[in-house]
Amino acid sequence: MAKDEKVLSSTSNNMHESQKNQFELKWFLRKNIVPVFFFVLCVIGGYYSGLPLPFLLNEIITRMARNSFLVISLIIPVLAGMGLNFGIVLGAMAGQFAYVATVNWQMAGLTGFTTTALLSIPLAILFGWLTGILFNHTKGKEMITGIILGFFANGIYQLICLYFMGNIIPIKVPSMLIPGSIGLRNTLDIKPMQYALDNLLKIQVKIPGHVFPVSIPVATFLAILALCLFTHYIVKTKLGQEFRIVGQDMHVAEASGINVDRVRIIAVILSTILAGLGQVIFLQNLGNINTYGSHVQVGTFAVAAILIGGASVKKATVGQALLGTLLFHTLFIVSPLAGKNLVGDAMIGEYFRVFVTYGVIGVALALHAWQSLQEQRRIALLKADISGE
Amino acid sequence: MEAPRLEMRDISKEYFGNKVLRSVNLSVAPGEIHGLVGENGAGKSTLMNILFGMPVIRNTGGFEGRIFIDGEPVEVNSPYDALELGIGMVHQEFMLLPGLTITENIKINREIVKDNLLSKLLGKKLGILDFERMRRDARKALDRVELNIDEMLPVLGLPVGFMQFIEIARELDKDSLRLLILDEPTAVLTEKDAETLIEVMKKLSREGISILFITHRLNEVLRVADNITVLRDGEVVGKLPSSEATIEVLAELMVGRKVDISARARRGFEEDAKPILTIKDLHVDMPGERVSGLSLNVQEGEILGIGGLAGHGKIGIANGIMGLYPARGYVHVANYGEVELNSPLSALSSGMAFVSEDRRGMGLLLDETIELNIAVQALLSRGKFLKKYLFNMIDRESIRKHALKMIKDLDIRCTGPNQIVRRLSGGNQQKVCIAKALTLEPSILFVSEPTRGIDVGAKKIVLDLLLQLNQELGVTIIMTSSELAELRSICDRIAIIYRGRLQGILPVDASDKEFGLMMAGELSAVKEGVF
Repeated sequence: MAKDEKVLSSTSNNMHESQKNQFELKWFLRKNIVPVFFFVLCVIGGYYSGLPLPFLLNEIITRMARNSFLVISLIIPVLAGMGLNFGIVLGAMAGQFAYVATVNWQMAGLTGFTTTALLSIPLAILFGWLTGILFNHTKGKEMITGIILGFFANGIYQLICLYFMGNIIPIKVPSMLIPGSIGLRNTLDIKPMQYALDNLLKIQVKIPGHVFPVSIPVATFLAILALCLFTHYIVKTKLGQEFRIVGQDMHVAEASGINVDRVRIIAVILSTILAGLGQVIFLQNLGNINTYGSHVQVGTFAVAAILIGGASVKKATVGQALLGTLLFHTLFIVSPLAGKNLVGDAMIGEYFRVFVTYGVIGVALALHAWQSLQEQRRIALLKADISGE
Repeated sequence: MEAPRLEMRDISKEYFGNKVLRSVNLSVAPGEIHGLVGENGAGKSTLMNILFGMPVIRNTGGFEGRIFIDGEPVEVNSPYDALELGIGMVHQEFMLLPGLTITENIKINREIVKDNLLSKLLGKKLGILDFERMRRDARKALDRVELNIDEMLPVLGLPVGFMQFIEIARELDKDSLRLLILDEPTAVLTEKDAETLIEVMKKLSREGISILFITHRLNEVLRVADNITVLRDGEVVGKLPSSEATIEVLAELMVGRKVDISARARRGFEEDAKPILTIKDLHVDMPGERVSGLSLNVQEGEILGIGGLAGHGKIGIANGIMGLYPARGYVHVANYGEVELNSPLSALSSGMAFVSEDRRGMGLLLDETIELNIAVQALLSRGKFLKKYLFNMIDRESIRKHALKMIKDLDIRCTGPNQIVRRLSGGNQQKVCIAKALTLEPSILFVSEPTRGIDVGAKKIVLDLLLQLNQELGVTIIMTSSELAELRSICDRIAIIYRGRLQGILPVDASDKEFGLMMAGELSAVKEGVF
């Protein structure tokens, strides 16, 4: 039996090598089917949308700056074997609560933004800790638990914002409250803090042949770069190693003396903190908060983006997160116009946008499932070949 | 005299009133290789779980007795305590992470880190892994087990033999290691790898590490061990230096005669008379119970026992034929033809039925009623109990009638056919499983581990029931069991499986020695009539 296995492993390596050499392109496509598929969609959509290049680039850069942080926050839980953390919705809530506080204190500019960011951290730690405890009781079902937790937390969030704010929690700024009542308004204006980070350092790049320049929020991208380096660093530490070990096999981790539950809680807390910061960055770009809506789809969008980048519930890298953000938001920008231009109805365009968001999650998951099925078949075939001798 | 490295004194353990260890004494000297042999269920694992502080022991009420390491009384409350005391264990199942490299596996949770600013502020966990030093350590440990392999290769895809050595290297890398427990280390190894392992064990013992070697392979234990302890039914039945032991003595001690063979006359079944079931070159890919190239003929009307040690594939046979695990090969049923493998439906329609060893998982819908459990398989695969209108409707009345009959015939103790199966005792659940299989009116019935997890009184009832089915209804029964005594009490002949293949078929009145030897793979000794 052991001999069979030896033959198997060596043959499988050989097969792998030869496949790689002979069908370089096919191998590449098969390995990266998900991003390639969405890249093709983006190109087709971009062509039919008829958008001028500088506009498209500006939109893409804005959205990259806005969303990358949130998407990258998903990586650590994947590493720790907990799948895609839909619970980052709670991180987003932490960011929004922090804004409520700083707007209430009438803070502005970079000071206001920094205070908001710092304030979101302790809240995110608390939320992440609670999420982690819940996930430890629902091992193996973290993703669905995360989705439902998002709905449940939204209920409590609404209770706090609608009933406690201006009632139990004093609000000094009357314009934040629903006129003549208690509770926060639908839209929370954070104009004093808008672009606090984006405008810190901004460069304009002229594109030959076009009038409008493309502007790049350098400071925001530096923050994202710092986050990438941080994630990269965490992966290389002993803590990162523990994430990986727990992610691969909790039983083995336990037998080697690792406190599995603790490691998992740390992973969720880190993810929630990053999501909180991500939401703070996201909202400073928008300039206002949809009090009861801004956080709701954060999880879905981030998950869709990272999946498009080629990540799966078992493996995710910074590169996949960035690529995914790029492809997802390009598609998000071009699909309504492309839909409109192809079919000739503005409503259809809007339908395309919604369809894209949810559709991509389905398509990406299906493509991943297809990929792993192919892999299983390949192994099964190899095994049959060998034991047939 | 030097204090023994390990001494376990008067160890007793009960699981829910069932004594699994009775005053076991075990003593291992420094640098000694001590063999521990015994059948499945003899209490070896429980003893090792106690020594290694596994939570399962504490959760079931702890144990009696005391443990001494180097003469000092110790408390082992968790695997962590055991590691602190210098006890290392290579588990029967692999404790390796396939996605990581060999180095990472050897240094698991003992990684070496480089300090940096963050790690100084927030603790060692934020230090970056020092792969250079980890590699050097891993290399050293691998050299000690004479494994010449690149330490940065991923474990995935390595031959199983290598994995065993990596596990040992991992234990050796712990500087404090004083006692190494090897649980069935040679079970998955080829002859050559096993040979190397024995050499490595001897080398380690010369370095002063004590080794507790648990195995079924009697020839190996004889070659390598200094002393041997034999466990049977939770008791030490023999303790002897290996110079005084022979394979025959060990085999006899290990198996022992537990139950008198009932007086029932055994029918002689010739190997090539008229097989109702023909199996040729069957391979089943059931994890942990792999069948690799089994050929066997089953005669009409017999009760064939299938025995063998755990992990050798006896459980895989029925699961493979019934289509529950991926299988290939040739299976032919008389009056039906070739059975399509990997298709439970085909297996069922050929007249075979299966009472699974995984009663609660595979065999029963625990939260459904007794009557539905009895009827469900026949309903789905045979279209029984259906009223055929435009749509097929379940015929509750006929199900109820049938269930009541089964409850009466098999003496299922319950409050009524509406009772939920989860609330039944193990023995009665097993009867429901059998009733379910009988509802298919099978000509061949596979029964796996029919008495596992049920109390002694119920065991006899279940076995008698099987016998009755065979004699009164003429059902051919193929019974798989880890308990030899059980097989002997009702079977006509007993096939012994070793490493996924048929090792031989013995009559029930063959001696303990013959069974013991055959299970341990010493077929040649049986054939040559050494005993």
